[in-house]
Amino acid sequence: MIGRLLLRDLQMLLPGGKGSGARGGTMLPLLFFLAVAILYPFAVGPDAPLLARTGGGVIWIAALLAAILPLDRLIAPDLELGVFDQLALRGVSEEAVVAIRILAHWLSFAPLLLLATLPAAALLGLGSETVRLVMIGLLAGTPGLAAIGVMIAALTASLRGGAALSGLMLIPLAIPILIFGAGSLARGDMNGIAYAGAFSLLLVAIAPFAGGAAIRAAREG
Amino acid sequence: MQDCSISTTDLACRRGDSVLFRGVELELQSGDALQVTGTNGIGKTSLMRILAGLLRPFDGAVSAKGTLAMIDERPALDPQLPLQKALQFWGGLDGCNNVQQNCDVMGLGELLDVPFRYLSTGQRKRAAFVRMLNQGANIWLLDEPLNGLDGDGIAKVEALIALHCGGGGICVVASHQPIDLPDAKVLALRDYAA
Repeated sequence: MIGRLLLRDLQMLLPGGKGSGARGGTMLPLLFFLAVAILYPFAVGPDAPLLARTGGGVIWIAALLAAILPLDRLIAPDLELGVFDQLALRGVSEEAVVAIRILAHWLSFAPLLLLATLPAAALLGLGSETVRLVMIGLLAGTPGLAAIGVMIAALTASLRGGAALSGLMLIPLAIPILIFGAGSLARGDMNGIAYAGAFSLLLVAIAPFAGGAAIRAAREG
Repeated sequence: MQDCSISTTDLACRRGDSVLFRGVELELQSGDALQVTGTNGIGKTSLMRILAGLLRPFDGAVSAKGTLAMIDERPALDPQLPLQKALQFWGGLDGCNNVQQNCDVMGLGELLDVPFRYLSTGQRKRAAFVRMLNQGANIWLLDEPLNGLDGDGIAKVEALIALHCGGGGICVVASHQPIDLPDAKVLALRDYAA
């Protein structure tokens, strides 16, 4: 059961996936991520030390925003189609569905994003030590970002104007990951990344329950 | 088919500030069919969703023995996928291998490679029936199952319901359209309006 659900979610979310086609599977988050890295040097000017000092933080912001780009495709279409109702009739809990979707969402953007960090770092002129910290930090932080994304998508799925609200809800949830993850760049050690990882895991643990409750609440609406 | 039953005690439903119905008592055994009738907005869909366990009753309780399947206005089939692939997702979850055969039963055998979003309203409804047949559940909850179906489709659905109940299943149909269900009990929701 888990395998089939994961397969469907991946077909829906992976780049080039045919699953639920038009709503899914684009390279957009990745292109968006690279676009930020390309545009940032133009915005602040060709000041190599400044770019090297702030570039890591920009990559973090770009990763955060890339993670929430597909928010409107994560939960709402399945709610409209009645997929969650049919799964509930088969005894599949909403929590399990949300947990699987978090995994699929993470798989659909994080590995590619980590790869794209290399060209982005080159564009921003980051040093090898900074690149290493950014990549390990993103590895620790992206599961949390995926969990936040799915949780917010579930909470706003049945609302009009949910997209605008999503951006607002993201801020308080994402700040801890950003403080510790991107903050580790300034300190240059792994302690901050450990905290980012811890908060990331906490979000992964909470999100299925919050998301599952949100989907059930949407039925009553 | 194993024995199944579904019953309710003193069921009430509230939507928003108004109570739609109260005191609904049902007692259905293997082989029973029930038609729920009533005007638009009287609570037929709410009753079906309460029976399915998707909506909490305002009062009372539902107890069901056996597996449940439901058809409502949402087919739950991926619009971008070819019909066969979309049905196979549910078929896989339900452990069913005869998607093809059930498509032939519903007259969709020619359309297996057509993306679901290209199907007409009636064809989508037929596809939802294939999904339900694949599920092999004991208790069918059909909410407006005839919407969009042509004469042939209606006849097929009536035959399927007769077959299902003849085989020991239970079928609850909520419809404002006339449907030919021999020996069906009738529940007029108007009698329970609060």
